[in-house]
Amino acid sequence: MSVTATDIEAITVTALTAIDGATDLDLLKEVRISHVGDRSPIAKANQALGAMAASERAEFGKIVGNARSRINGAYESRQRTLEVERDARVLVEERVDVSTTTKRATIGGLHPLTILTNEICDLFIGLGYSVAEGPELEAEWLNFDALNIPVDHPARTMQDTFFIEPLDSHLVLRTHTSPVQMRTMLEQKPPIYVICPGRTYRADELDATHTPVFSQVEGLVIDRGITMADLKGTLDYFAQSIFGSDVKTRLRPSFFPFTEPSAEVDFFFNGRWIEWGGCGMVNPKVLRAAGIDPDEFSGFAFGMGLERTLMVRHGITDMHDIVEGDIRFTQSFGSGLR
Amino acid sequence: MKMPLSWLREFAELPDNCTPEMIEAAFVKVGFEVESIEIQGEDLAGPLVVARVVSIEELTEHKKAIRYVGLDAGEGKTRYVICGASNFAEGDLVVAALPGAVLPNNFTISARETYGKTSNGMICSARELGISDEHLGIIVLAPNSGSVGEDAIELLEIREMIIDVAINPDRGYALSARGLARELALSLGLPFKDPAEVNYLAGLTASGVKIVPVKIEDLTGADLIVIRTLDSVNVKAVTPLWMSRRIEKCGMRSISIAVDITNYVMLELGQPLHAFDADKVQGTIRVRRALDQREFVTLDGEKRTLSPDLLMIADDSKLLALAGTMGGLESEITDATVRIALEAAHFDPISVAKNSRSQRLSSEASRRLERNVDPAVAAVASARAVSLLVELAGASYAGESIDGSLPALRTIEFDPSGISRIIGFDYSESQLVGALLSIGGSLAKSSTTSWLFTVPTWRPDLEVISDLAEEVARVHGFDLIPSHLPTGKAGAGLSPIQQRKRGLAHLLANLGFSEIYTYPFVSPEMVSTLGFSGPRAASFKIANPMSDEAPLLRTHLLPGLLQALQRNIARGAKDVAIFEIGSIFRDATVLTKIGLISTSERPSDTVIKDIYGSVPAQPLFLGAVVAGSLDRKGWWGSGRNVDWSDAVSMAERIILETGNEVEIVQSDLAPWHPGRCAELRIDGKAVAHAGELHPRVLEALNLPPRTVAFAVILTELPFPPKVNSTRVLTMPAAIQDISLFVSADIPSAQVEAALRQGAGELLESITLFDRYEQPGDGRVSLAFSMVFRASDRTLTADEVSGLRTNAAAVAVALCGASIRD
Repeated sequence: MSVTATDIEAITVTALTAIDGATDLDLLKEVRISHVGDRSPIAKANQALGAMAASERAEFGKIVGNARSRINGAYESRQRTLEVERDARVLVEERVDVSTTTKRATIGGLHPLTILTNEICDLFIGLGYSVAEGPELEAEWLNFDALNIPVDHPARTMQDTFFIEPLDSHLVLRTHTSPVQMRTMLEQKPPIYVICPGRTYRADELDATHTPVFSQVEGLVIDRGITMADLKGTLDYFAQSIFGSDVKTRLRPSFFPFTEPSAEVDFFFNGRWIEWGGCGMVNPKVLRAAGIDPDEFSGFAFGMGLERTLMVRHGITDMHDIVEGDIRFTQSFGSGLR
Repeated sequence: MKMPLSWLREFAELPDNCTPEMIEAAFVKVGFEVESIEIQGEDLAGPLVVARVVSIEELTEHKKAIRYVGLDAGEGKTRYVICGASNFAEGDLVVAALPGAVLPNNFTISARETYGKTSNGMICSARELGISDEHLGIIVLAPNSGSVGEDAIELLEIREMIIDVAINPDRGYALSARGLARELALSLGLPFKDPAEVNYLAGLTASGVKIVPVKIEDLTGADLIVIRTLDSVNVKAVTPLWMSRRIEKCGMRSISIAVDITNYVMLELGQPLHAFDADKVQGTIRVRRALDQREFVTLDGEKRTLSPDLLMIADDSKLLALAGTMGGLESEITDATVRIALEAAHFDPISVAKNSRSQRLSSEASRRLERNVDPAVAAVASARAVSLLVELAGASYAGESIDGSLPALRTIEFDPSGISRIIGFDYSESQLVGALLSIGGSLAKSSTTSWLFTVPTWRPDLEVISDLAEEVARVHGFDLIPSHLPTGKAGAGLSPIQQRKRGLAHLLANLGFSEIYTYPFVSPEMVSTLGFSGPRAASFKIANPMSDEAPLLRTHLLPGLLQALQRNIARGAKDVAIFEIGSIFRDATVLTKIGLISTSERPSDTVIKDIYGSVPAQPLFLGAVVAGSLDRKGWWGSGRNVDWSDAVSMAERIILETGNEVEIVQSDLAPWHPGRCAELRIDGKAVAHAGELHPRVLEALNLPPRTVAFAVILTELPFPPKVNSTRVLTMPAAIQDISLFVSADIPSAQVEAALRQGAGELLESITLFDRYEQPGDGRVSLAFSMVFRASDRTLTADEVSGLRTNAAAVAVALCGASIRD
């Protein structure tokens, strides 16, 4: 019994036909067993080579080798094709509606007052300021007397200030963050560059534009040769950072006990002048009370309400939203990246 | 204060065509905030005429009294109108709007049928004309104050710009036409004619009869008082329209000739005046304290209780007035008054402020005097009022008595270059001189570096060069000030606690928590509902709280957070996770008492220490409450409501984030569930509590069951050294599970610690992955997974098994565990 080249060709054609006819990977696996694997006719023909005479083996080996290579090639190609088809089909079957997964986790957020405070602190840190904080329940002397607001000043009446019992404790809920400025001046030597954010208290009823508990940010600079031009430049930079680079500011003469000269600062936003806060050159009396020589050092201070700043910038129309702790309000601001 | 432009025009040479925009800008430039500018009469159109009432027919068949009135409006025939007011009689002069007239709010007058008659116009009240709030009846003009048919818009000077200016507390002198006109002229660079420079007594001879004497007995209460006595005053004389209309335009009411004259002069010159019935004064008018006279009835009829230090005007036997604030009922001007003693004084501003505050009585007089008025104007204002009483009330002048004297003129010596150094703008010498002279002071230059400024009497607020710098800057405009951005120093940045606060807020926000800020005001009921005791019940109390129900300061963040949770739930929220970072206040330490401390120089270090010691420490807390779920339910599954373990692990996470090691122990602190409250400790010190809230508390506050909470004292978290990183091990890990039984009262944390100790250094991690409690057994089954790894080799099975055996042995020894194999 001998196998001829014609036989090999027939085996090959049968195998190739079977490979082509396999329509899925399972069928292809069966084709592999009968036409490609160790017991397939072509494998057997190959095994038979060993029994041939060397003279025949060379020529016939070449024929068998070519046939095997054609069959294997066809098989691999068919396998790739079927795998690609299968993958494509499975991926289509596994398709989901990706729009169904939003808001699966509870969304949190930072209160916008925190976001604004962080923003302001960062912009002043960039100018070389430190962030100073102090107690909300404060000594009357630091909140008033040391800031040139004497005992009989109208601002000290019960209408404006929350006093703590007994009155001889001389404790008040601070009416501004200025006592932090005073503490800073008592604790540090100039030059001083600080920004003081914090909660403050005044006995106003809660309504659309007032709240008895509010937030302020104040700035204080004490250095040699500080002028009102430095104050104006700082306020310009501050306003433009918060409200946009095209925002203009205006200073108007005003009165505050702890500054002289004093001014109100307004900014021009959405077509109108908006009152922003108070400012001025630190009153030499205040410097003296802090032990700073007014002949050597001068300084400026400014302060503004954060709620008002927030309301203007974000179009918040009612203070209640800021103070009531409704999560929907906080969530709308995200975690500070918006 | 409100001020009509015509009055300012008398003293400031204003151009004819002043627009509201120009007036507002001018005031703002020199530091006066304009609240509003109203053009009175702008929305009014005639014919509005003076008419005489010629007949009145009372129509009684209607629900209210109605009059059918015949008017002579100078038209040659009687015009009939319907009128609902009844404060007039036949022969009176009234103001009639004729058909075609338009009153404020676009109210067009036309002939109309009403109450069965034809009404051919309307008799007007002051309110209907928009000139005052007076609406108790129609305007009845004084006889002879106008003629029939005359244009009432002209006569009543209705068309006028009225400016409402906010006056800063250091500018008392500006609460007057004189002061505002001076500032307006200054701002616009126009001439100013000072009404205080007029000699109002010129041409008057004092009779010298029965002049009321005066004496300042308390020299701290006033430095100058002028009493001028007038005789045969006709107190029933009618106030002329020009005067009553100006008073009304300033927002006050015309009352009677004597009162109107004192108010008019006050509005004009800024000096409050008071007229006493001189026949009610016994002996000498005296300025003194109330002392032992503790009761006094003011002219508003209020019976007042006085403290001994209040500043009073008195005579030989009784009190006459609460000085600078309000007169007394007994000595006030009545219809029977014939003689007047007119008081003008320069009282101590602080004493007047005390009078006003202690009696809760703010008057036009006290508002001015407590802001300091020009002492030089007292005698002038008194003279002006005398001349008006003579002219308008037929009075004769008896003479004056004066005690005290004008305070000495004050001077400020300064280096003119200092002004440019304060402002940051290089003013020329002529700019400096011009500005300082324009505000009314005088200037002497002893050298280029030393000038002497004499302060005008009406500017007690000017004390030092900074004050003069502000004057120069505002006269030339703050717009001149250049803009320069100074930068601070190296080393700026957030402090470690500030960084931590910020980082933790971000952490919680990213975990699904919403940050809120709550008011720190708490009610005693809330304190008792939450079961606070010890330091957490030691609240500070506000003497004057917003609400009497919540006078306490928070000792914890939970009261505010729970109220906010209530609000969110009430608004329909189901899943609420909120947190707050804020200070708390506990009256639990002894505070230093401090007395009066001078502000003229830096207090000594000891005093500063006392001041700081008078203020309680106010630790920074982070608190959070969660109701419902953080992992929501949806089509993907049922979600999961938070439970006590979430609260504990969040609190633990926060502490771990700060680099501290934490120990979790069982606790039962109110308002937490006594069996589901963890105390978290660092080095044995409690720094946080977490767990489920007490079911009773939740029920009392109407909050969802199983609501959880945690609170961390941020200021108690230490700052450990920075992370010291070791090489990440790359050899294979070997995992060993171990199950054991322990008595149910042994905390799993203790078992874990024992296993950790027994397993030795090759243990990389240990995790409790199963916990099962056999009911009634008293024992609990715990299963841990231990991961072992060596740095230099693959651990053999025998080696790892040995380590597990070691771990088990320690758990058996320390926790009485039995191994379940």
